[in-house]
Amino acid sequence: MLPRDLKASQFDGYPPQARALAAGRVSLLQQLPLGFLPLLLREIIVYDWKFPPERSELDHQLAYLESRSAVERRQLLAGFEKLRLPPELEAFDWVNEPGQFSEQLTTHLWATLQIDAFRAAAIDYVRTVNAAAPHTPPIMPRLSMVALGKNVAENKYKLFRKLRPNGVYFSRVKPENGLRIMLDAAAARAQAHPAPYGHWYVDGGSQEPVASEGLVRFSYDSLVTARAALQEKMQKTFQSGIGPEAFRTMLARMRPEELGLGGAADAVLNRFQVSLLTEGSGTQIFSTTFVQWAAREAFRRAQPVTLLLRFAPRQRARPMNELLAETQRKPELDPQGSLVDADMGAYYTWLNQQRLAGADKSSFLVWFEDHSEALAIGPAWARGAESSNPVSLQDLVKQVS
Amino acid sequence: MVTFGGGARDEETFMPDGQENIPHLLNDLIPRATFFSQVVNRGILGHYVATASLATGSYETFNNFAAVPPDRPTVFEYYRKDLKRPALDAWVVAPSNGFNRIGESGNRAYGRGWGAGVILPKRLLAAALATSEGAAYEHLLRDNYETPLYAPELGGNQVELHQMAEVLRLSVSDFAAHARVLASPDELSVYIAKQLMRQLAPSLLWITLHDIDIAHSGTYSLYLEAIQRTDRLCGEIWKNIQSEPEYAGKTNMFILPDFGRDSDDDAGGNGFQHHRTGDPLSRTTWMMAMGPGVRENTVVDRLAEPTDLVPTLGALLGFDARLSQGKPLPEVL
Repeated sequence: MLPRDLKASQFDGYPPQARALAAGRVSLLQQLPLGFLPLLLREIIVYDWKFPPERSELDHQLAYLESRSAVERRQLLAGFEKLRLPPELEAFDWVNEPGQFSEQLTTHLWATLQIDAFRAAAIDYVRTVNAAAPHTPPIMPRLSMVALGKNVAENKYKLFRKLRPNGVYFSRVKPENGLRIMLDAAAARAQAHPAPYGHWYVDGGSQEPVASEGLVRFSYDSLVTARAALQEKMQKTFQSGIGPEAFRTMLARMRPEELGLGGAADAVLNRFQVSLLTEGSGTQIFSTTFVQWAAREAFRRAQPVTLLLRFAPRQRARPMNELLAETQRKPELDPQGSLVDADMGAYYTWLNQQRLAGADKSSFLVWFEDHSEALAIGPAWARGAESSNPVSLQDLVKQVS
Repeated sequence: MVTFGGGARDEETFMPDGQENIPHLLNDLIPRATFFSQVVNRGILGHYVATASLATGSYETFNNFAAVPPDRPTVFEYYRKDLKRPALDAWVVAPSNGFNRIGESGNRAYGRGWGAGVILPKRLLAAALATSEGAAYEHLLRDNYETPLYAPELGGNQVELHQMAEVLRLSVSDFAAHARVLASPDELSVYIAKQLMRQLAPSLLWITLHDIDIAHSGTYSLYLEAIQRTDRLCGEIWKNIQSEPEYAGKTNMFILPDFGRDSDDDAGGNGFQHHRTGDPLSRTTWMMAMGPGVRENTVVDRLAEPTDLVPTLGALLGFDARLSQGKPLPEVL
């Protein structure tokens, strides 16, 4: 089927809000090229479980496309229109399975060496649509706080090496009660500026108690049942002998209920947590990867104004099949390796924060847990500077928040 | 030929911050090499298909996760058929099951009977463990890091355990005993490669290393460790070449990663973890050539492509890579 043959009734299988969104815009959707439309539907079909900023972006994207004349639209999407697609993709049920279509499209684009053309078309499209988006500053200057290095007694790795050019490195931080100070600061921000999914705390170990109800919070340990259920399904799927494409499809179709996350609680957050485990690579087995990926996805999708991350020791590397099988109840940990992972994870978190609106007013604080090293970045801090003056973590937190 | 399946970025290797990870490449090998600083891979950025493209000199387009032979003739077939070389003169040592078809293409004019023998050391070790003790070796049995649970059906001319014992004159118990002291799958591959060099002294030997691809798990420390190990192993291979009478002073070595990894700056990726964006950093890598007739301590900054390798080997060894897409590199001829 081609987009021009699309009918509103074909969206009957979509969740309620997604159905209304798509069925109400059939005349627009009919005019979009096949190399583009299913990718848009892939976003629309999960509209009911999107975070507020994602919904706004999708609403804007559709409104923008509707506001263009047919000629302007064709021009905007010319790069997608030019893609050479095989008949099998036309025949695919891309209305109901846009995610699987996207996988097959990607495979086809790589195999026919069209991936660079697709990439260029996508970059142009996103740039144009974003340029027309209303500029909405965050409700308060954005702040990330990262605690890393739990259980590392001594360290010879030069920390914050990629972040140092962007802020002030402190070598004599008083570490007392540091994690509690960070937790309280995050809770205070959530209380002072409540916003749906606006304030997050993600822990790579077990979750610390924290006061505020306005804080989205979960940990690697809190998902232990979901991870075990997923690993069991992965093992069974593997043993059934299916190929990697079918394996990915199985993961993409995973519902929260299947992993024990389908309670009456927040459906949007449940879906998000499932996506961390099914779309992330390594998140199922390494807690450091889990925290970094959670931060990346939180910023990309929910755009919180407060993000507190705590990296904890991950299990030591073993053969992949054994890691997935979780044969050991208490795996051996690798605190030093985890510190290096987390150091890079902190850098990526800062990079992802700086991709969001209000980057010029955003702040970032990373602290070597229970030690005297920290680094602060933000409008109030010099770049590439060092301070050997004694300072309390309380003071640093106060200044960045 | 030494290739890395699981590219390493400049940031963790040749840039100032990364140089601590590659002391052997920097201090021991580059001074003896012509170094191509910009080798751009324009094909599919999947390890098996990209390595197959290196071996054919053409951008192969098959499914990266399928156990299929390359479409075009491999360097091994060109070499053996044009120069009438025996089967034991061309070998591949590769890391995982997915690579078992890399020794021989599906091309009708070449293909069956003209390829290289393929040794998959991890598979051999797994077979050896069936008759030996098990748990002590599991660290060597890591497989595909991108799809850790997927192993395609084998089929091809890979060497089985009993053949290894015959061909390499290496008993299963000696093999298993030595494997026990090794730290990674790539160390196992290099150990097998050394055995091959000592026992058979093939003229054409292709070693594909794969430890660096642990980066897909998102653990930066393990990625750095793998780069450091790969650097050390490259140094060891070169030393071994110089210490074996059949090779010393008359052997060229080429080293290159199959491609790079995603940039930190591309929001569509996740930095070092993957090679999915197709951005310039993920496509760009380097190559070094060493040995007799190759200029030492020379850097070539012009663009080259990995498909240029096979025609270059053809020009060096005297075969015609007639179906490859690349061009011989004049800087090493």
